[in-house]
Amino acid sequence: MIDLKEKLLSSFIAFENQTNIDSYVHEVRSEAIKQFESIGFPDKKLENWKYTSLKNLLNTDYTVLPEINNVLEFKNIKKYLIDDIDSYKVIFVDGKYCSHLSETTHEGMDICILSAALTQSKYELIIENYFNKIALKDGITSLNTAFSNEGVFIHIPKNKFVEKPIQIIHFSTGNESSLMFQPRNMIVVDENSQVQIIERHQSLSKNKVFTNSVTEIYADKKSIIDYYKIQNDNLQASLIDNTYVNQQRNSSFSMHTFSFGNELVRNNLNISQNDEFIETTIKGITIIGDNQHVDHNTLIQHNKPNCNSHQDYKGIYDNKSTGVFNGQIVVNKQAQKTNAFQSNNNILLSNKATINAKPQLEIYADDVKCSHGCTVGQLDKNALFYLKSRGIPEKEATALLMYGFANNILKSVKIPEIKTRITNIIANKLGVKIGFNL
Amino acid sequence: MSKYTEDDLKKELETKQYEYGFYTDIESDTLPVGLNEEVVIAISKKKEEPSWMTDWRLDAFKIWKQMKEPNWANVKYKKPDFQKISYYSAPSNKPKYNSLDEVDPELLATFKKLGISVDEQKKLSGVAMDVVIDSVSVATTFKDTLNERGIIFCSINEAIKTHPELVKKYIGSIVPKTDNFYAALNSAVFSDGSFCYIPKGVKCPMELSTYFRINEAGTGQFERTLVVADKGSFVSYLEGCSAPSRDENQLHAAVVELIALDDAEIKYSTVQNWYPGDSKGNGGVYNFVTKRGLCEKNAKISWTQVETGSAVTWKYPSCILKGDNAVGEFYSIAVTNNFQQADTGTKMIHLGNNTKSTIISKGISAGKSQNSYRGLVHISPRANNARNFSQCDSLLIGNKCGAHTFPYIETKNKSAQVEHEATTSKIGEDQIFYCNQRGIETEKAIALIINGFSREVLNKLPMEFAVEAQKLLEISLEGSVG
Repeated sequence: MIDLKEKLLSSFIAFENQTNIDSYVHEVRSEAIKQFESIGFPDKKLENWKYTSLKNLLNTDYTVLPEINNVLEFKNIKKYLIDDIDSYKVIFVDGKYCSHLSETTHEGMDICILSAALTQSKYELIIENYFNKIALKDGITSLNTAFSNEGVFIHIPKNKFVEKPIQIIHFSTGNESSLMFQPRNMIVVDENSQVQIIERHQSLSKNKVFTNSVTEIYADKKSIIDYYKIQNDNLQASLIDNTYVNQQRNSSFSMHTFSFGNELVRNNLNISQNDEFIETTIKGITIIGDNQHVDHNTLIQHNKPNCNSHQDYKGIYDNKSTGVFNGQIVVNKQAQKTNAFQSNNNILLSNKATINAKPQLEIYADDVKCSHGCTVGQLDKNALFYLKSRGIPEKEATALLMYGFANNILKSVKIPEIKTRITNIIANKLGVKIGFNL
Repeated sequence: MSKYTEDDLKKELETKQYEYGFYTDIESDTLPVGLNEEVVIAISKKKEEPSWMTDWRLDAFKIWKQMKEPNWANVKYKKPDFQKISYYSAPSNKPKYNSLDEVDPELLATFKKLGISVDEQKKLSGVAMDVVIDSVSVATTFKDTLNERGIIFCSINEAIKTHPELVKKYIGSIVPKTDNFYAALNSAVFSDGSFCYIPKGVKCPMELSTYFRINEAGTGQFERTLVVADKGSFVSYLEGCSAPSRDENQLHAAVVELIALDDAEIKYSTVQNWYPGDSKGNGGVYNFVTKRGLCEKNAKISWTQVETGSAVTWKYPSCILKGDNAVGEFYSIAVTNNFQQADTGTKMIHLGNNTKSTIISKGISAGKSQNSYRGLVHISPRANNARNFSQCDSLLIGNKCGAHTFPYIETKNKSAQVEHEATTSKIGEDQIFYCNQRGIETEKAIALIINGFSREVLNKLPMEFAVEAQKLLEISLEGSVG
């Protein structure tokens, strides 16, 4: 059997030959591949990977550099888009940019693709200033950095309110029997600007897909960024999502992660608050069953005084699924007057399901208000009885209660169409029809 | 290289003899530094142990040699050199001082604050005593009462000789030799400790305490405690002593095993106040302890601890809730000041149906110290209707210290109900102001607030202990308010 690490290392040379080796990024890539070579893939011995094993995932002989270009029609992908709103779209098919399905812009701002930004001289400065500056140097991120070429590049200049949300969708068509791809996104939002982004990965066949994605987000002063991740891929697809956020003074960042699909999902969300008066909200709903595995690994670093963070993750686990929540809050010495709140609630529906939670607080400053809560429990029997006594069948009643349980997360979603979408997905997941929208 | 001559051989033989010379040293009280099989055998021999025990120790030593020191805990310290430690030193009967005047005045001041009688002060600081006073006679009276009820309470060495069947059956059954680095080390070289057996249905009429035995055996560097509560029995056991122990031993690796058979209940309280090092962070004791209890059907184990001492603490009293309806409790106050580091918490392993566990942990950090709670709640797939409640509160005094919470929650059963809650805060300025306003000075006000903060845990301690522990908290935090 071929070793994936070896394969990636040898593919690197072929990959580098396709790209410009005089660029700044070339150095970064060479550095990163060395880093990956020495660290490799994470295993369960690492504290942060204690509950998630990549063993099964790495056993497959993936195609690392796909050759064939596949063309998709709009009708094939319509249902995966949130098409009832006007939006910018950046769409990739099998790791390649698909221009006829996308809607990008260079008017007053850049919403385009990274490969273009890497090769054009007018972006040289921004690339040198921001590219790979906040991404960690761990094995999995370094691997992505080494192969970084394609993905989304968004640069919103000062005082710009982006009126349409941006949808980023990665499709895989199943041309290859198993495919690994590594999108790399870079998002820079300058002072006083505002943007909404929706990200999704979707496999269109039953073939195996392994996505290792890295996104770097820079939120400058007074900027507002709302990010939504919809993870509802089929059960042959796995995703490791690494997102790094750097927040500046008075900025506000929110991330909503909806995990319903995939065989394995690992979300590494690292947020660093680097000045005062910053707001951070991260929330998630996870509803999974079968043999699915979803791991939320979050880190919020409070480095400066007077900042807030709010974390809320809810999970419902059925069949043989496994959920992991590893939420870490670090409050550094300088970060006085920090308010940090973390909550993680879980419901297990089956005796074969597992939840492993590790909510951690690391606090080095004294004038702070930090708390976390974590629960594992069941639906309220009295509430269920109440609903049943009013003629609502058990299945619907259960679903209603679960809705109620997860609803808190949806409240802060600012795009109503996403709410409807998620509500429909949840209803589908729970196998019921509820005649109203939440 | 020069030729190997007869003289060389002679020399070599001489040195060899010297190497093994420590066998003759057995008569004296301290073994040479370093650890090897011979030292383990020598310790066993000194204790006049039967061969099965010697083999048991050697086995543990073999296991230990293959293990590595753990370094996952949130503490930083210079790793001790295990070949530079003397693994056996019997409690010296010779008095260290001739009168109290020679004792460190700082130590005496602390004694005074704790309200310890002059005689006890002498005993604790190692001053010679003319007359054998109260506590020994008290101890004898206790022994009679215990014997009447068939309770065995003696040193573990004595138990190995007098009740080998009990020791053989239970030692290492809860904390196996292979458990961890320090448990293996302890199994190989433990010097002494306590053994306690409560027969079926007996309620132990008094609090058992190593404190009363201090004269008889003295506490060693590698203590081993084994408490067995037979069906339907009850025992409350106190360990340690609130008085500051100026123990110069750098490394302490104790193992405590509790076994609560059906319907039995064990209450185990600890007050730990080893030397924490000076205010600059020099010296101090490394305290690496493995404590674990097993609960059979309807049994209950309750751990209560007040940790104020040691430079580095690494301690996780745990409960294995094996039987149905078993109950595990953990109440802890950990105070760190200056450069102290504590990484402490508990493990609650739910295996039986309807098992319940409660965790209340209060961490107080001051100075430049680091205080971590690390706990595991594990609900196995077979444990139906398991219930856990955890609460970890941290209080920070000053902005140079740290408070951390690392809970692990692993649930594999849908009927489980697990709750974890943690908060971190500081003493409110308004609270202090309120006290000041009513004529309570700041230092006293802090003591008052700390006392309130740790009330839930202090309440779980036996009376006399609680009073001392309360004072101890005050003393530990003295001067931390600037």
